[in-house]
Amino acid sequence: MSKLLSPAKTEVLFMGNEAIARGALEAGLSVATGYPGTPSSEVIETLAAVAKERKLYVEWSTNEKVALEVAAAASFAGLRSMCVMKQNGVNVASDFLLHLTASGTRGGIVLVTCEDPGALSSVNEGESRYFARMLEIPLLEPANFQEAKDLTKWAFELSEKIRNVVILRSVTRMSHASGNVICGKLPDKSRIARFVYDGLITDPLRGPVISTPVVAKHTLQQKKLEKAQKVFEDSPYNSYSGPKHPELLIITSSVCYLYSREAISMLGLQKRVGILKLDCTWPLPTKLLKKYLRLTDKIMIVEEVLPFLEENVKIVAVGMLKEIGIKIFYGKMDGTLPSVGELNPDLVVYALGKIMKVKYKSLTESYTKEIKKIARLIPERELTFCPGCPHRASFWSINNALQLDGRGGFVCGDIGCYAMAALFPAIGFNTVCTLHSMGSGTGLASGFAKLSAFGLDKPILAVCGDSTFYHAVIPALINAQHNRADITFIVLDNAGTAMTGFQPHPGLAVSAMGESVPDVDIAEICSAIGAKVVISDPFDLEGTSKILTSFLAESGSLKVLILRQICALSPEKKGKKKYLMQVKEELCLGENCGCNRLCTRIFRCPALTWDRIKKKAAVDEVICAGCGVCYSICPQKAIMRTEAEAAG
Amino acid sequence: MKMSLAKEPVNIIITGVGGQGNVLASRVLAGMLVSAGYFVTIGETFGMSQRGGSVMSHLRISSKSALSPQIPQGKADIIIALEPVEALRVLVRYGNPAVAVLSNSRVVYPIGVITGDFVYPSLDEIESALEKLTAHSWLIDATDAAVELGNPVLGNIVMIGALANTAMLPFDRHSFEREITKDMSADKRKLNLVAFDAGAKMI
Repeated sequence: MSKLLSPAKTEVLFMGNEAIARGALEAGLSVATGYPGTPSSEVIETLAAVAKERKLYVEWSTNEKVALEVAAAASFAGLRSMCVMKQNGVNVASDFLLHLTASGTRGGIVLVTCEDPGALSSVNEGESRYFARMLEIPLLEPANFQEAKDLTKWAFELSEKIRNVVILRSVTRMSHASGNVICGKLPDKSRIARFVYDGLITDPLRGPVISTPVVAKHTLQQKKLEKAQKVFEDSPYNSYSGPKHPELLIITSSVCYLYSREAISMLGLQKRVGILKLDCTWPLPTKLLKKYLRLTDKIMIVEEVLPFLEENVKIVAVGMLKEIGIKIFYGKMDGTLPSVGELNPDLVVYALGKIMKVKYKSLTESYTKEIKKIARLIPERELTFCPGCPHRASFWSINNALQLDGRGGFVCGDIGCYAMAALFPAIGFNTVCTLHSMGSGTGLASGFAKLSAFGLDKPILAVCGDSTFYHAVIPALINAQHNRADITFIVLDNAGTAMTGFQPHPGLAVSAMGESVPDVDIAEICSAIGAKVVISDPFDLEGTSKILTSFLAESGSLKVLILRQICALSPEKKGKKKYLMQVKEELCLGENCGCNRLCTRIFRCPALTWDRIKKKAAVDEVICAGCGVCYSICPQKAIMRTEAEAAG
Repeated sequence: MKMSLAKEPVNIIITGVGGQGNVLASRVLAGMLVSAGYFVTIGETFGMSQRGGSVMSHLRISSKSALSPQIPQGKADIIIALEPVEALRVLVRYGNPAVAVLSNSRVVYPIGVITGDFVYPSLDEIESALEKLTAHSWLIDATDAAVELGNPVLGNIVMIGALANTAMLPFDRHSFEREITKDMSADKRKLNLVAFDAGAKMI
């Protein structure tokens, strides 16, 4: 049995994302949708795995906006539904979200956003809390693993009570952290879908579901928000712990609650500092705040990224100045806490110690001195493409073609593992020079191609992954074709959403629930819009370089190269070597070759190492994935490959 | 078996290079400790950080409550490293004079070392660093043992077996067997137990 379906009252170790999934199941979820993105992907993955057993419909949608639309349809039909995404996914979904919160909803619907302070696996530190305020939507933030489950269930109840969407926000250190959770009861019955739309246009529960008449619906929306605020005033999820008369009050939410609690205990300040933990962070429960703001005149706000909580608490405090008196606030705005990056217990200890004038006793001076000495011995470990990664081969050929062409052409990058070619230029052989949101590489390329009239006359290339293609590239590609943008567009097709863990996408004939579905072919889409399309295997360096060279020479139109090779970490490939690789020492000329150690200085495969004693290249068989590509790059033909099966 | 914890909480860091089975090792260890009745908080990150980079799982064992998923600096009690330089990397941030380190001796060279931009410390330097910064340390060739068993990926389980025999944590072969029975096929279970035993023998 799946751990997710553990019986009521059992205590299990859940990842934050699993706890969210379990909470949704306990709430009687029917439909779950999402688009993969770290740190959110496991919510949908775990639900998909129990979909049949729990009679759910679970899908990976093409992007976050579509995902929210699919989930909303279920809500309109009276079912409970959930839509899951990472922080910047909310930006993608936001246009629909603006209209959804205006039209109102019926069955409970929760938008789960898992955000990434510090950008541990993102190219942004985006914040969706401001969407809650801007679009007038209730916002909930669990502060531990049990709450990740309980609060998710509660979010559905709240959504149904106020008949509007509710946002539940998690962060990497909650979603990807794990802790003990006591399970609740799973409902026995599922709901029947029924969509009523024959009432008056002004009747949000029986009429058509629309955001007009705008002013009337907006008024209604704000009343719903007031109702949520009333519920928040008495919610058990907002709680105070600490002395009756604290010298300092910490107001915090999410995982920052755990950091704050630890910091207080590390500094031994349990009798001097209190914590008001808020799980309901928009709209703020003002009466509750009044009660605790009165306790002291020193307030510290502990939160990650932007000062959302700080701004809003200050606004509330100003409104009740007469009753609570003047306060001194510590937070991001006065520099007590950093205004960027994620927090941790040490940062909170440092800030809290400074305010309370308490020094944290850490390590002895002699130990710290030794640490500093040893730290100098530790070599940096840069990220790189995995051994056997098709992207390394693809960028190798792109670079070769650009060098051969000689006009200084460049590549616009996109989101996926291949983004590393932009983040660490040496990995992409210094070819990729832009990186923004999903699909933006193609839009930017389309724009760069139009600058030849202004003197920027260089070959323009764009790369994107297969999942990214469906997500947001198609409109940009159509734009390029329609406006005659002369670009070479390359799809790095590794047969899955590789970076986030091989979730299926529309190019595959399988759905999130494992059912067989029609696959939507990238090559056919590109052909249908009139582009020239060629497919190649990136591991065939010679063939791929030839196609690229001919594309670069051919001006005036959109050219598409699809580079197809399955990801080295995919379940069908992992651990299986196609070739056994070996360096023939007598052929390797080492530093004297004149190749500048192409294999071990430029190619950058972790499995190709340098034997310092023999001064020759070597293959680390434990790390080598056996893709065989390095066989083609050695000018001396010193890297040998044998078919793994033939070798037995 | 409910043994008492050496301290409250016990802070463990499992480290290595992406792809070495860090996450699985932390899950198995945590699973055993939850079954033994403790609160376990794991902090880790997946995604981009795993692609050939240094990876870390923080495990915090408590008999009282959930804790911050990030261990404060200088507060590790046990460091388990699947790669020796990663042991040092964690040690200089989270080490203290009472820390114990169990490290695999098999090197995975960073790209910068292969290209010649950085220097990888010698085994002597690593051993002497462990000596200076820890109360106890063990350096074992877990990958070699795993290669002998037919799959280098089993190195993480060899390390778990070795950890069991250090007797620093309340788990043993029985709890390991019970834990892997939850979601491994019989074939895999057998292989994992062999790897566990191989590790246990190395301490």
